[in-house]
Amino acid sequence: MNTLSIRNLHASIGDKPILRGLNLDIPQGEVHAIMGKNGSGKSTLAKVMAGHPDYTVTSGDVLLNGQSILGMEPDVRARLGLFLAFQYPMEIPGVTIANFIRAAVQARLPEGEELEATEYYAKLYAKMDELSIPRAFTSRSVNEGFSGGEKKRCEVLQMAMLQPRYAVLDETDSGLDIDALKVVSSGVNALRGPEVGMLVITHYQRLLDYIVPDKVHVMAEGEIVLSGDKDLALKLEAEGYDWVTAKN
Amino acid sequence: MNTETKPDINIDRSVGDFRYDVDYAFDAGVGLTEKTIDYICDVKGDPDWVRKFRKEGYKKFLEKPMPTHWASKDLENIVFENIRYYLSQGQVPKRSWDDVPEDVKRTFERLGIPEQERKFLAGVEAQFDSEAAYSNIKEAVGKQGVIFVGSTEGLQKHPEIFKKWFGKVIPSGDNKFSALNSAVFSGGSFIYIPPGVKVSHPLQAYFRINAQNFGQFERTLIIADEGSEVTYMEGCTAPKFETATLHSAVVELVALKGAKIQYITVQNWSSNVFNLVTKRGLAHEDAEIKWIDCNIGSRLTMKYPGVVMKGRRARGEVISIALAGDGQHQDTGAKMVHAADETTSNIISKSISLGTGRSTYRGMVHIPKHLKKCKNNTECDALLINANSRTDTYPAITVRGQGHSVQHEASVSQINAEQIFYMQQRGLSEAAAMSLAVNGFVNDLVQQFPMEYSVELKRLIDLEMEGSVG
Ligand SMILES: Nc1ncnc2c1ncn2[C@@H]1O[C@H](COP(=O)(O)OP(=O)(O)OP(=O)(O)O)[C@@H](O)[C@H]1O
Ligand SMILES: [Mg+2]
Repeated sequence: MNTLSIRNLHASIGDKPILRGLNLDIPQGEVHAIMGKNGSGKSTLAKVMAGHPDYTVTSGDVLLNGQSILGMEPDVRARLGLFLAFQYPMEIPGVTIANFIRAAVQARLPEGEELEATEYYAKLYAKMDELSIPRAFTSRSVNEGFSGGEKKRCEVLQMAMLQPRYAVLDETDSGLDIDALKVVSSGVNALRGPEVGMLVITHYQRLLDYIVPDKVHVMAEGEIVLSGDKDLALKLEAEGYDWVTAKN
Repeated sequence: MNTETKPDINIDRSVGDFRYDVDYAFDAGVGLTEKTIDYICDVKGDPDWVRKFRKEGYKKFLEKPMPTHWASKDLENIVFENIRYYLSQGQVPKRSWDDVPEDVKRTFERLGIPEQERKFLAGVEAQFDSEAAYSNIKEAVGKQGVIFVGSTEGLQKHPEIFKKWFGKVIPSGDNKFSALNSAVFSGGSFIYIPPGVKVSHPLQAYFRINAQNFGQFERTLIIADEGSEVTYMEGCTAPKFETATLHSAVVELVALKGAKIQYITVQNWSSNVFNLVTKRGLAHEDAEIKWIDCNIGSRLTMKYPGVVMKGRRARGEVISIALAGDGQHQDTGAKMVHAADETTSNIISKSISLGTGRSTYRGMVHIPKHLKKCKNNTECDALLINANSRTDTYPAITVRGQGHSVQHEASVSQINAEQIFYMQQRGLSEAAAMSLAVNGFVNDLVQQFPMEYSVELKRLIDLEMEGSVG
């Protein structure tokens, strides 16, 4: 039951099908990785799960702990515990990181309950320290003028503050330098636990040295075409994707 | 910005949308004729020069056409014959809330005015329909020679200062509505700050329309003598009526050599109010006048605060935020007239249009040929929330001569669906996400507001956004 299940999912944008019968189960406590060529539909999967309005689900289902989330607004899914670290995080001019995360934390509290400000800042600063994010970032507008790596770190900071049940990280390692990769990975690892299921989308085996996955899946043309353990990532790194698709 | 503080100022419309019945002792009746003006003069005990000034204003009002050749045709829907031009209970504003008649006092108590006064204001004037019901300043401020009274008391008790500047910054014939105001003005503030006096806390006026089909025509004159400083804030509300209500004020500011005036407006009119206001300041050498103008609500607002920079190195600034809700039109902007060397003006305008709301920016900057080293910076940014929201920009910048520095930037942006999705993915509802985006858009300007107002403004935006999302 404590699983994020994707069942025979078909989704399209306009009349162009992108996901074509995708099946995947991510139990809490496990970390799964998805690899696949550019354009194979990895980000589409992430956004469809999160409820992006541009995509139409034509059949199949997504179940969060047994409950279908497909009819829900994106914010309802988020408050149920689904988090997406975006491949391309959006800028929100004039809204500081501190206020933005605070509003998100506040949104999870029961009606009428106010977030305690000193506690909130203590937690925020602690998480920022863990991710080596300078304090000055709290008063900067969300993602505005951030470098690629800073944006990714900020995504992980949000994840750490919101403590989701299921997290999808879409190429969170892209654009990170080696040091940042270690910092971000340890931030992600800190969140791992029996209560949390993770789906890590990446192009680089290197990330999986730091965030060691329980399973690795290969995606092609909107489907999972091969699954294996972490060694699959090594093989993909060495041999590319053609042998996988050829086999099919 | 400290968002922990509970808002002190209740200017949101749900709070302002109530009305108690009040008995009026003086009522000029419906419609405007010379008799109406005589009635007002008699009730107020105006001196002859004021009666003459009013009648001249009335003549100009009749002569001037409606400015519909450039402004909204909606102006034609104002039926001047149906409006009541003067309503009051008695003419002497009270110095103590205990002396304010109960039926009027409870309105201001509900709006939280006496409480704010205790907390952070140097003085308060509370106008109910045509006249101030209450006006008082803290003793310490009064002892410095600061005068803060209603316009009637100002012209009667301080004619030597009043007459010198009244109608000089904005001549009665400036436009049709300034002429109308000149004919029937009542209420508003008269403020004089003696040389060198810096009033540390703001003076506040609160304008409340209580009666239906009513026109409120307050007249404010602020004179900051050499080297003095003052901040004045005004708040306005009216209950929601079925029929149109008119608010047409004239505000004149005079900053003498080296003086500073900051004038802050947070208006939150209900959507039946025509709000047609003329505001202008005269800045002498090294003086500074800053208008901070925040327009929420009303059916149609036309307001272009201006500064005439008459002395060398004078500075003028207009910071404005306008939010045009469904069916509303905010036609706002600024006028900067450079009339001396090395004068500097700055205009920053941000508007938000929601639903079928429309916001218009009109800016006029004038730098004549014979001047040297003048500067103007104009920035106007518009944010559109829905596909049918509308914005227009009419900048008129006339710069002649050499060695001036002029910058103009304008932008129109739309709330981006990807941004909203991003915020929703973090758990914020669509309305909360929109609200955050709108607050972010005006954030740099809101920072310049006194804290009590910035908290309230944020709350007003939240309310507007909640209403706009299904
Ligand atoms: N809005 C859109 N309109 C048209 N096609 C789209 C749209 N969004 C995505 N696609 C197409 O869907 C396919 C899958 O895109 P997606 O972003 O999911 O790929 P990806 O696997 O994440 O690739 P990458 O590794 O490059 O991030 C691509 O062919 C892409 O062009
Ligand atoms: Mg992608």
